[in-house]
Amino acid sequence: MALTAVVAIPLVAALLCWLAPLRKFAWVITLISTWTVLPLAVLVSAEVLSKGRVIGLPGWIEADAFGALVLTLVSFVAALASVFAGGYMRRREHEHSRLWWFYCNYNLFAFALLSVPVLTEPNLVWVGVELITLFAVLLVGFEKTNGALEAAWKYAILTMMGAPISLLGFFALFWAYRSAGGGIPETWEGLRMLGPSMDPNLLKLSFLLVFVGFGAKSGLAPVHTWLPDAHSQAPSPVCAVLSGVKTTVPLYAILRLLSIVLASPAARVGNWMIVLGLISVGIAAFLLLQVRDYKRMFAYSTVEHMGIILTAAGFATRGSDFGAVSQMLNHAITKSLCFYVAGIILLALSTREINSVHGLFRVSPFAGSALVLCSLAIAGAPPFPIFLSEYAILSAGVRAEQHAAVAILAVLIVIAFVAILWHVNRMVFGKPTIPYSVESLPVSCRLAVILAAAPVVLLGVYIPVPVHNLLQLAAQQLGGHGP
Amino acid sequence: MADPQTSIPEALNTLCAGLVLISAFAMVATRQVQGVVRFFVIQSLLLSASCFLLGYSRNSRHLWTLGAITVAAKVIAIPWILRRLLPGEFYERREISQAVNIPASLLISLFLAILAEFLVGPVAAANTDPLIRINLPIGLAGVLIGAYSLIARREAIPQLVGILAMENGAFFAGIAIANELPLIAELGVALGVMLIVVVIGLLSRNIRLKLGTTEAGTLSELKEEATSWR
Repeated sequence: MALTAVVAIPLVAALLCWLAPLRKFAWVITLISTWTVLPLAVLVSAEVLSKGRVIGLPGWIEADAFGALVLTLVSFVAALASVFAGGYMRRREHEHSRLWWFYCNYNLFAFALLSVPVLTEPNLVWVGVELITLFAVLLVGFEKTNGALEAAWKYAILTMMGAPISLLGFFALFWAYRSAGGGIPETWEGLRMLGPSMDPNLLKLSFLLVFVGFGAKSGLAPVHTWLPDAHSQAPSPVCAVLSGVKTTVPLYAILRLLSIVLASPAARVGNWMIVLGLISVGIAAFLLLQVRDYKRMFAYSTVEHMGIILTAAGFATRGSDFGAVSQMLNHAITKSLCFYVAGIILLALSTREINSVHGLFRVSPFAGSALVLCSLAIAGAPPFPIFLSEYAILSAGVRAEQHAAVAILAVLIVIAFVAILWHVNRMVFGKPTIPYSVESLPVSCRLAVILAAAPVVLLGVYIPVPVHNLLQLAAQQLGGHGP
Repeated sequence: MADPQTSIPEALNTLCAGLVLISAFAMVATRQVQGVVRFFVIQSLLLSASCFLLGYSRNSRHLWTLGAITVAAKVIAIPWILRRLLPGEFYERREISQAVNIPASLLISLFLAILAEFLVGPVAAANTDPLIRINLPIGLAGVLIGAYSLIARREAIPQLVGILAMENGAFFAGIAIANELPLIAELGVALGVMLIVVVIGLLSRNIRLKLGTTEAGTLSELKEEATSWR
């Protein structure tokens, strides 16, 4: 019941925001909907921990541990982003942008994001991922500045080019399923059981096509170019959702498919994923060195993290799978915090240029300390959670005897770390060179930053047992073998 | 390709396949924006014809439904949505500034068609179903040529039609290899395609209103510039 409600509530909220008499209350409606979804999603996770599987509509909407994890992450980020949006959007509203339209889209976007982890039928997952992209395009272009429209166009063309390719991939998957005899329904679960008897060549073909199509949507190199544009131009609350979970959700679908491919011993794709993951991390690390816009900086760090998750999944051991799902969790909570902080800096100083921000500590102590905290966390400094999951991935890689990959990954992570902290150092310390006209920050934005920072600080020093168990169960769904 | 036992509907399907490929070439070769849309509609009609023919010869109600969905979504709804969303200015354009000139584009498309045949050859040859031997390579060729025209085109509508042509290619392969998908999945996919048209249509309308151009592909303000190392 809770599971169906999680998907249905945002849809109802979108409809309410669209109704003319309620348009004035669009923000309140969005807040109510996202903050009802969050406890329900947590409830679903708790139920998954006790029963292993939660069923909404049998055969169509079901959640296992991996699905419940992604579901909870999405609802957490969506809830905080809606708090942040309240103050931020009112401040940056301009004449031709209509706020109710923003919130209507935002709810639809949340609906699409929440539906993907709970749908069991792969072809419907394809539809869900397409819907995510479509609503995201509208949100990216919302501010209707020249830059925003250009970013939205590039984003739309690049990611939708992947749509037919991944569709063909899902057709090939269905073909493999039919030629293996069918029998059980075509769900992720059923496909995983059939995995060993499916034609490995077809599985590989399907995986390759879906990977190309969905990889573009999760911002994996070489189709990552839309990501920094979209993230620098979209409103900051949207960036938080885009970067924190929108990139993770297509990756979730890729990893689901990977678990099916791994079930077939003849189809080996792990090494491809390691290579492609490392390429993403590498490109992101070197671009991080030379960014000029702090929102683009956080965007490249997303490309880096997606690459790390992909590499970890490529190692395909139990330890690295655990690292991969923890990295998904830590990335979601930390990266959304980063974009809230970027949002308040943009509100306070109205510039995105790293070079024109100096002495942030003196200008706005709140924004300055938040920026230091979130960039240490996102770069992977101890004792923040990303450090833990990156460490888990590297050590699992060593145990899987992928020494070369681990060495390259470690070097690239260090380069990215240095790059991020170098830029942030220039922004935070020193004397303010130009007199800024600092505006006071809206309460809802401050609240969102504090609420988002809490789990980032907490999970670095203490992982509650249920969270750990959920991660462990989710990692098992990835189907890695060995230590 | 057609051996003596081939039934008439399947022979006609082979004809459709050839025409689908030719209409993909035609979309690459047409400068007139209106013409590109027209060839897309023709290609969609051929796609649904192929569905009906195979539905008839295999007695599959499922393929009949799929053909009907294709006609409703791609032949009727999508051109209508485009007409409603975008003013005539978009259609009257002739595209002069393509990244690659048309003869070269046609050669590249030909190369892509051969590549598609070569790529799926091993998978398709292992299959006894004649349908897969024809539809899979042609469908993949449609996807690749669509992707190519997406890159080479500059105008908003031809870029959108490039995506739709890729979708048509994927479906043309799909009716051979995945012709028993659950109906809800097929409907979802058709809905997704229509939403793509709505969203890109809205976006290109905004771009024209704001930036005064229908050549969305030429926008290039945002890029990574080298840092001034102070």
